[in-house]
Amino acid sequence: MDLSARSLTRRYPGVLALDGVDADFKGGEIHAVVGENGAGKSTLMRLLSGAAIPDQGTLLIDGTPVRFDSPHAAHARGVRMIHQELALVPELTVADNIVLGSEPASHGVISRRRQAVVARRALDRLGQRDLDVDVPIGSLSLASQQMAEIAKAMVHQASVLILDEPTAILSHDETAVLLALLQQLRADGVAIVFVSHRLDEVFQVADRITVLRDGQLISSSSATAVSRPEVVRQMVGRELAETFPEPSAVVGAEVLRISGVQSGIVRDASLTVRAGEIVALAGLVGAGRTELVRAIFGAAPLEAGTMTLRQHPYRPRSPRDAIAAGVALIPEDRKRQALNLIASTRDNMILATLDAVADHGVVRPREEAAAVAHWIDALSIRASSPDQPVRLLSGGNQQKVVVARWMLANCSVLLFDEPTRGVDVGAKAEIYALMRRLTGQGAAIVMISSELPEALGMADRVVVMRGGRTVGEVARQDATADHVARLILGEDRAA
Amino acid sequence: MKHPALRWERVSEYALVGVTVLVAAIFAAVAPGFLSLQNMVNIALSIAVTGILAVGMTVVMVTGGIDLGVGSVIALTGVAAAMSAEATGSAVVVPLVVALGTGVATGLVNGTLVAYLRVPAFVATLAMLTAARGLAFLISGGRSHGDLPDHFGWLGRSVIGGIPAPVLAMVVVMFGGAFVLRRTVFGRHAYGVGGNVEAAWLAGINTRFVVWLVYVLNGLLAGLGGLTLASRLGAGVPSAGVQYELDVIAACVVGGTSLTGGRGTVAGTLSGTVFIGVLTNGLNLANVDPYVQKIALGLVIVVAVIGDQLGRGDSAAGRPGT
Repeated sequence: MDLSARSLTRRYPGVLALDGVDADFKGGEIHAVVGENGAGKSTLMRLLSGAAIPDQGTLLIDGTPVRFDSPHAAHARGVRMIHQELALVPELTVADNIVLGSEPASHGVISRRRQAVVARRALDRLGQRDLDVDVPIGSLSLASQQMAEIAKAMVHQASVLILDEPTAILSHDETAVLLALLQQLRADGVAIVFVSHRLDEVFQVADRITVLRDGQLISSSSATAVSRPEVVRQMVGRELAETFPEPSAVVGAEVLRISGVQSGIVRDASLTVRAGEIVALAGLVGAGRTELVRAIFGAAPLEAGTMTLRQHPYRPRSPRDAIAAGVALIPEDRKRQALNLIASTRDNMILATLDAVADHGVVRPREEAAAVAHWIDALSIRASSPDQPVRLLSGGNQQKVVVARWMLANCSVLLFDEPTRGVDVGAKAEIYALMRRLTGQGAAIVMISSELPEALGMADRVVVMRGGRTVGEVARQDATADHVARLILGEDRAA
Repeated sequence: MKHPALRWERVSEYALVGVTVLVAAIFAAVAPGFLSLQNMVNIALSIAVTGILAVGMTVVMVTGGIDLGVGSVIALTGVAAAMSAEATGSAVVVPLVVALGTGVATGLVNGTLVAYLRVPAFVATLAMLTAARGLAFLISGGRSHGDLPDHFGWLGRSVIGGIPAPVLAMVVVMFGGAFVLRRTVFGRHAYGVGGNVEAAWLAGINTRFVVWLVYVLNGLLAGLGGLTLASRLGAGVPSAGVQYELDVIAACVVGGTSLTGGRGTVAGTLSGTVFIGVLTNGLNLANVDPYVQKIALGLVIVVAVIGDQLGRGDSAAGRPGT
């Protein structure tokens, strides 16, 4: 069965996530989709699998238009997606999970015997003869869980299988098993859509490679017809369209130094930031960048390594400690991690510093209002009034509310995690200008950015993380897209 | 920018007052004596204890919590206060200290369980519901304690300037609660914790301490409520206050306090308490079957919560209420 996309277009507030993309996913073919973070890969997968509905464009199955308005509708036509976050119920057994949604039953009563047989057969077909179907699936390794998820898709007779970065959670050996499995499914005639950042895997198994960039289709060609350097160039080869403010004229003393930091998936990270400087942390999703800044902010435990802040040992045990030391985090997911969406703009701005406008625990409304008004004005936050619910502000203004919170707290080490995510183009320029204004006043900034042009355009230095480690540092004048992209993808050795 | 959720919120804020007036007008027409001054005082007296407890519950619910144990706690604190008065002959100081102290103790237990031992509030306070009731019966020997000093009724039975003392106590507690929620750092942190606990923590708020303190405060008010009730009944009664927690939660919810946290005001809770008081009193005077009254109250609660859900305006697709 072939699944085709014709001029698929999808907008999200402030972004054109996918812009008129055509692609053909043929039965018996492994089709890799590659691109930078934010290139539109996820949106394309969501549209193909019914998790989102295109604004324009159509999907065709064997040339006949179809419309998927839910994942359920896509399942009914044999199109299934394996998400990075596996859709399993951890407490249920492997067999329960594999048959979930198509339980062998008569009159609503499940036959556990038949279900075990069905699950066993599906796993055997995938070469997973050692996998026990009667254990809770949550007790298995992620690799085994993923196998079970693929088995589930096969039980449901998937003829198009979409995998979103399936190897990101796998070890080297497990990856080899998975890739072999994909090749076997291809031989069975399944159309496989394979999203990966790892080009060696892509070139190992893919028949066709599609490159997306900024929501547009850049190329879709036979894997034998393109070279690796060519694909890398197509992925990042975007003109630096945005204009970025000039770096600060004066870079001051070292403010923050971290070395050998371990925390969760961060295995070994070191970097320094000076006053007036922006250090960009580049890397793939899952490289450990967010986890690193959370450790610096005291929101994740420091397992090893040292940090110094203005020449003094620094070891925050909570965000509270970090804020008291003048360190602030502007998190990636504003709505979940920074804002109280049902509260006002004022309440959100003043949340961290109520004590400063209070006397013996009683808030002085005039001082509060003055403090809030000052920063609404200073950062040009467009809110109808401080009482306006923060959820009604645009993404850019919400971001400025979070920055204002830390300005009120006199924080001078600012950790920006994807500062322009979900922000429209005009507001991006404002946020860039704001960040540079802050460094001009002596702030030290660490900025996580998955958009290479942004990282290159804003940073005084780019530090690259890969697999939980800082693997390279590039000064502004040496930072070319190609060079940094190779470090990010680990192509520096391969090329 | 036009936003349906915003408009709805504005409507629902004032709707309750309007509905209360409408309902009162209907009762005035059909139930003789409803509008009399004496009946107004009766209504106020009937909601006083609920109103005191509802202020504590509002603060708890603003943080996203709940307290199912208040009904049992007021029995426990009432019994403890009455027994201490019996034993010492003190009518005011000793029972007051004992009632508030006992209430705070239950709050400390709830707060520690919920904030630091991560027991869901529903479970921790459900345990308190049964344990405090058991304790009330245990210490009282299962009987009422009414052999009390003359002035034990000061909080429940005195009338000051024509207004019964429990009503005055409720008014004071309401003002105090509104001040704490609106004007103190602690109150504002409570909204922050209830609105988005992760964001509050990442903003440097000691979220566990806020939650802990909320239950302690609630325990204090339960102690005051228990003493008020015992003082009015003229006895510490171990079986008092059964199902009060449901009336209290109903008053908060009808008054616009969100069960998911982050939203709720003392003014709303007052409106909810008054509305339920007026409804119950009017239905009684109109000789409506008590069973039917219960059905009516059920409907009111459901309608109010539907309003709350619509007000959120961000319904996650396919996700049922929790």
